[in-house]
Amino acid sequence: MSKLKTTIIGAGAIAVSALALNAYAQDPISLTVVSWGGAYTASQNRAYHEPYMEENPHVTIINDDGSANALAGLRAQHQAGNVTWDLVDMLPSDAQLACDEGIVIPIDHDEMLAAAPDGTPASEDFLPGSLGECFIPQIVYSTVLTFRPDAFDGDQPESIADLFDVENFPGRRALQDRPGTNLEWALYADGVPVDEIYDVLRTPEGVDRAFAKLDTIKEHIVFWTEGAQAPQLLADGEVAFATGYNGRMFDAIEVEGMNAEIIWDGQVVEWDGWVIPDGPNVDKVLEYVSWATDTQRLADQAKFISYGPARASSAPLVGEHADLGIDMNAHMPTNPDNYFAPIVLDNDFWTDYGDELRERFANWMLQ
Amino acid sequence: MAVPSYAGPLERTWYYAFRVICGLIFFFLIAPILVIIPLSFNVQPYFTYTREMLTFDPAGYSLRWYEDFFSSRQWMMSIRNSVIIGILATLVATVLGTIAALGLSRKEMPFRGLIMGILISPMIVPLIISAAGMFFFYSSVGLASTFPGVILAHAALGIPFVIITVTATLVGFDHSLTRAAASLGADPTTTFRRVTFPLIMPGVISGALFAFITSFDEVVIVLFVAGVEQRTIPREMWSGIREQISPTILAVATILVMISIALLTTIELLRRRSERLRGIRPS
Amino acid sequence: MAQADAASLGGAPITAMVTADGVPLKKSLAKAERRRKITAFLLVAPLLAFIIFTFVIPIGSMLFRSVDNPIIVQVLPRTVDALQEWDGQDIPPESAFAAMAEDLVEAQANRTVGRVAVRLNYEMSGARSLLTATARRADDLAAPFQESLVDANPRWGDTEIWAAIQREGRRFTPAYFVSAIDMRYASDGSIERQPENQRIYVTLFIRTLMLSVAITLTTLLLGYPIAYLLATLPLRYSNLLMICVLLPFWTSLLVRTTAWIVLLQQQGVLNDILVALGIIGDNGRIMMVYNAAGTIIAMTHILLPFMVLPLYSVMKGIPPSYVRAARSLGANPWTAFWKVYVPQTMPGVGAGAVLVFIISIGYYITPALVGGQSGQMISNLIAFHMQNSLNWGLAAALGTILLAGVLILYWVYNRIVGVDNVKLG
Repeated sequence: MSKLKTTIIGAGAIAVSALALNAYAQDPISLTVVSWGGAYTASQNRAYHEPYMEENPHVTIINDDGSANALAGLRAQHQAGNVTWDLVDMLPSDAQLACDEGIVIPIDHDEMLAAAPDGTPASEDFLPGSLGECFIPQIVYSTVLTFRPDAFDGDQPESIADLFDVENFPGRRALQDRPGTNLEWALYADGVPVDEIYDVLRTPEGVDRAFAKLDTIKEHIVFWTEGAQAPQLLADGEVAFATGYNGRMFDAIEVEGMNAEIIWDGQVVEWDGWVIPDGPNVDKVLEYVSWATDTQRLADQAKFISYGPARASSAPLVGEHADLGIDMNAHMPTNPDNYFAPIVLDNDFWTDYGDELRERFANWMLQ
Repeated sequence: MAVPSYAGPLERTWYYAFRVICGLIFFFLIAPILVIIPLSFNVQPYFTYTREMLTFDPAGYSLRWYEDFFSSRQWMMSIRNSVIIGILATLVATVLGTIAALGLSRKEMPFRGLIMGILISPMIVPLIISAAGMFFFYSSVGLASTFPGVILAHAALGIPFVIITVTATLVGFDHSLTRAAASLGADPTTTFRRVTFPLIMPGVISGALFAFITSFDEVVIVLFVAGVEQRTIPREMWSGIREQISPTILAVATILVMISIALLTTIELLRRRSERLRGIRPS
Repeated sequence: MAQADAASLGGAPITAMVTADGVPLKKSLAKAERRRKITAFLLVAPLLAFIIFTFVIPIGSMLFRSVDNPIIVQVLPRTVDALQEWDGQDIPPESAFAAMAEDLVEAQANRTVGRVAVRLNYEMSGARSLLTATARRADDLAAPFQESLVDANPRWGDTEIWAAIQREGRRFTPAYFVSAIDMRYASDGSIERQPENQRIYVTLFIRTLMLSVAITLTTLLLGYPIAYLLATLPLRYSNLLMICVLLPFWTSLLVRTTAWIVLLQQQGVLNDILVALGIIGDNGRIMMVYNAAGTIIAMTHILLPFMVLPLYSVMKGIPPSYVRAARSLGANPWTAFWKVYVPQTMPGVGAGAVLVFIISIGYYITPALVGGQSGQMISNLIAFHMQNSLNWGLAAALGTILLAGVLILYWVYNRIVGVDNVKLG
């Protein structure tokens, strides 16, 4: 009995002191930054968060890897009038939706973001088409097809069409559990030229055609949800092909030594960046974002992961990988050697048709 | 259950076949839990028994995944969170639940069925519905992504177990004992502390254990209600399994199995004590 | 004891009994009774308040979302008003177009257009871009507004969007339930089935039921023999074997799910054993997880204790003499077992089966982790609409249907066992 009592009191004391510690960490200048987790958050940590916290010891940056469901979280927090996220990493199409719903703040790019070292204003320095009403781009990334060379005895696959060729290239394929990229590739493999893909997808027949093409490999598909799953499935030998983000694949192949190769054919290129929720710490967040998206910082991120910086002025500063010492330029999606048949993700298309296609894709997966 | 002497050969065969079948089912129950334990000591990052492991070559075994676990800030934080949330949720559930059980087991209790139904409801409503409801409501009152929010939610989930175990002990409770105490001049507090509580304690503790394990093993509510600072062990395991099953997960799993064995033993000892106190002989 | 008191008091002569201070005994007793009632209730009250705040209100407010529909009325009030009298046949009057233009200007300024666009997109695909794109240029709209809007986007000239606004321009809506049963509104306002490639929820409800039935049957099939063995073995053996049932029961759900992934995946233990034994080739590894089979296997393992424990407690109370009597009266072993023993275990079978069925029908974690696509259940779809598609009204409608099903089952369970008789551990 007395033992039980001491245990409870002891546990209570631990709990109270832990909560007290926690209260200290939740000082007004702790910023919750929501991002994608894994190698990507790690690169942001090393390129932005850690240096910033070193320079500004009063700021604590807390990482939350909730980006996969960021729009849901933002909507709920906004509806509840209790915004706890300070900065969110998301895709431009989601950013536009959040912007239309008034849950993230509009950005005056020249006013709020740093100019290039030579004085070029931000709106001209960021790559054309990358800036959004509420969106501050960080990187260009691409979704690429990756395969295990040891899964095939004879010819090795080299194009998106080979993903759909189960006869010559048998084995399971890991695809993301959403329509983006998959529908584009289905049409591309079906013979639609890269620059006509979205015109075809805008027609109901085009969508049917894409799904029909996907049907041909459906029984060989394993679906992944989180970015880290794709390289894992490849590494475990559970699949022969996997689609994935080029940075994660780079990490798995070059850093972890996974036996796999990237096919740059038909890479789907997109931006990724920040939005700022309409919350209590907006001023502090703007201060941080202006610093974290300046020319040097964006170039720094490329030392840790193979995503291209979103500023023109950062490109010449991209050098070697921080730990491996290999030249990062060869691994950038925008390198001309890799950029021979890119599909540039059409955000207007996905903003307009995303809902119904996501719904249909979810149904298709379950059927 | 021995073979009766009048059994025929067919019946004898069936008797042994039945035992084999049961053996297989027990194997099905227990093997998956045991199989991961040696794998957590694997030198290789694979989920399969290597040649070295099968030949008991020490080179095939290592503690690297345990080192991984104990040196990871994230995992350590999740242990801290699980313990804080588990203990506080258990305290809330046990205190409120025990008091309520005392009221519920009185014959004068009005609307007993209805109230019992409401109090048991967290056990019946599918977790995904509870989690979704709490997500919206807790967000709107500022409890989402906070420790109090997760603790309250877990306490609500644990309460049915406390109610059920404590009312069960009170079924066999002899109310003349409290009346005797009262007639001998003890005030209600003293009566509770000296007479009632010691007798219902086994029920309270096993209810508390159930509440604790419910919180300790819960992930759906945490997925929806907790923020990054409230991540618990199951929540870390969830992302681990979804993203990459590293053998570190197996090390965590092994530790959790050990904890379950400890809890199981405690419960068993308590049950025996309770039966002894209430004069029920093990049949 | 307490009952005996009440009975003897009830049987006492009624007339003219008074207590020492002159109050009629009946009144005094009633007062004491009331006080005891209040005390009992006060003991329960804190917990009741706690559960209502932390649990009942959250669930209630979520269920409310399945019919709650405030956005359109809030953001497009003038349009909703102007459409009151519209017959739904021809193009709406100019006043409706003018109202829409005015509403859009205001919505754009308040940054609320996105929300109404999302809401209408559930009713009509393409509504989102129609609204957001037009709202961005709302300041340029001018009289005559019909022409101006149709110029901005020809879809304003169709009745579809107007019909959707008219239908959904009310505070509460059954629309989410309509979608939840794979139906939709036709252009004339009647309800029709969704086109084939968009029917999903009914299929998934049926699949959830089928998987739950399969899991219940396998747990019964595996649970019955071992419960029987446990109930008939001498205690010192059965206590030991009971650990095999209780250890999984007490082991973390995620641990058990992990274990099954490790065992069943293609590079996992079971496939390795089969390859090593030469039963399958290295290229013929069997897919046992990330599909419906994975869900059934893992959930059977997880829920088996919930079947064994009620069966065991019922079987423990069955005296062996009945079966012996049947045998001595000439019944063969099978008849004695089937006609005499099994009927006596039916309360346990019922309790275990309903319990396992209730738990499995609302399961989320295990199907999400090992179910792949074919092993997904309705809970997973609710989570999908909560977190990915963000159609919260639909998630709430699906949740309401699921909850109603579970409550009916629970009522059945209560009839069979009674919640007071639930035993744990």
